[in-house]
Amino acid sequence: MRAVITVIGKDTIGIIAKVSNYLYENKINILDISQTIMQDLFTMIMLVDMVECSKQFDVIRNELDKMAEEISVTIKIQHEDIFNSMHRI
Amino acid sequence: MLNKNEIMETINMISNEHLDIRTITMGISLGSCAAESIDRVCEKIYDKITFSAKDLVKTGEEIESRFGIPIINKRISVTPISQVAAAADGDYVKIAKTLDKAAEETGVNFIGGYSALVQKGFTNSDRKLIESLPEALASTNKMCASVNIGSIKAGINMDAVARMGEIIKRCSEKDDMACAKLVVFCNAVEDNPFMAGAFVGSGEPECAINVGVSGPGVVRHALEKLGKQASFGEVAETIKKTAFKITRMGQLVAEEASKKLGVEFGIVDLSLAPTPAIGDSVAHILEEMGIEKCGTHGTTAALALLNDAVKKGGVMASSYVGGLSGAFIPVSEDAGMIDAVKCGALSLDKLEAMTCVCSVGLDMIVVPGTISPATISAIIADEAAIGMINTKTTAVRIIPAPGKQVGEIVDFGGLLGQGPVMNINPYGSEDFIKRGGRIPAPLNSLKN
Repeated sequence: MRAVITVIGKDTIGIIAKVSNYLYENKINILDISQTIMQDLFTMIMLVDMVECSKQFDVIRNELDKMAEEISVTIKIQHEDIFNSMHRI
Repeated sequence: MLNKNEIMETINMISNEHLDIRTITMGISLGSCAAESIDRVCEKIYDKITFSAKDLVKTGEEIESRFGIPIINKRISVTPISQVAAAADGDYVKIAKTLDKAAEETGVNFIGGYSALVQKGFTNSDRKLIESLPEALASTNKMCASVNIGSIKAGINMDAVARMGEIIKRCSEKDDMACAKLVVFCNAVEDNPFMAGAFVGSGEPECAINVGVSGPGVVRHALEKLGKQASFGEVAETIKKTAFKITRMGQLVAEEASKKLGVEFGIVDLSLAPTPAIGDSVAHILEEMGIEKCGTHGTTAALALLNDAVKKGGVMASSYVGGLSGAFIPVSEDAGMIDAVKCGALSLDKLEAMTCVCSVGLDMIVVPGTISPATISAIIADEAAIGMINTKTTAVRIIPAPGKQVGEIVDFGGLLGQGPVMNINPYGSEDFIKRGGRIPAPLNSLKN
């Protein structure tokens, strides 16, 4: 399955490194990535492929939540279908 | 590939504008639970519900996690109990307690269907159920009840209207929360996922998943972005587009739930359901359109536009639309409505007018405890007449508050919110309600 990961928060050194390293460790492949500073907030959007990931979706979500707390940002992971269904006919 | 703005729009709707799925409701037919003894009926009902809905809450939570969208309630609706229990001797309150126990066991927020459909007349079982309502509602927490007293085809059963006035009064004296869980309908729908009026109609399948969406906050934000200068055409267009997006999400959740549970997908209900949370109010949408305070002149027109545009946008987004589908205006559950009543902008009469153009009716209205049963009945009759003549569902969920005066606040807690006690007309309707019999079904041509 494919999911969208969004990371929003105050910009600090190593956010991308930290998140992408975690994804690497869990065999989650990054298909697309974009990053900007919107209204002073670091905003990163990633499209990822989770086919090879052996952990449950819930586990990944909880671990990303924990990481988000450590680096004071919010990280969301959502199945891509929610965006597709809302914005594509 | 999705673009960044679309992704951020969705995230923003969920994080900042209170977008959520209000409810996944599993409709379970209890037709197979009839038996001659009430204890056997209870046993069969409990077994069937706890088996059919054993994975409902867990599945709801999985979907929440997968899509990152809050699903506020998981609920169950069942066949009207007056039909299920008709063959059994004994006290129906036992069934009410069984439903409550089944709700507790499955972990759902509410269970609906302690209901009777008496638009044309009462069966003996209907009478038993209606008389048991005060005790049944006072001795349960999660069980909701409804009574349909009128329809476009049958007219209005004024005997039932008169009786419900007495019953609602007795409910209010017995338990503070009882009336919040009891709704009186005209033209009740068979696949409604919303409480307190959800039940499974006779044309429904064995088991189905019905989903109710929400999102007043999203609509208000979209209108805010549009600005005060936009024409009504642009306002309607914006609401339609927003309703489309909200409903698509409802459709996705409904399909997913139906697939995971192996249960038929019933409908998506397109209602804009407010919550007491700031930023989740239907009244504030109307105020965003330019109404200074909900309830002032222009409110009905604004609501008519909103209700219609929500349906137009939503219908294309889902393969099956049903339920109540429209904007809800429950006073105690809507921060903007509460404010409007407090400051005197919104009266019971204006609310009645508003119900002519939206779903569903006089909802979560708190009135002084001194109200007479005949006046409650007359309020129900007025609302039922609107539903009957205009071919729409109307409902009354009215809560007499013993010992409270007009202007005092009654707190229900949670999603039910808090309601200011509203002023009622001091003149009586006793002789009108006392007549009894039925108001004949209306003409459906020569409509002007």
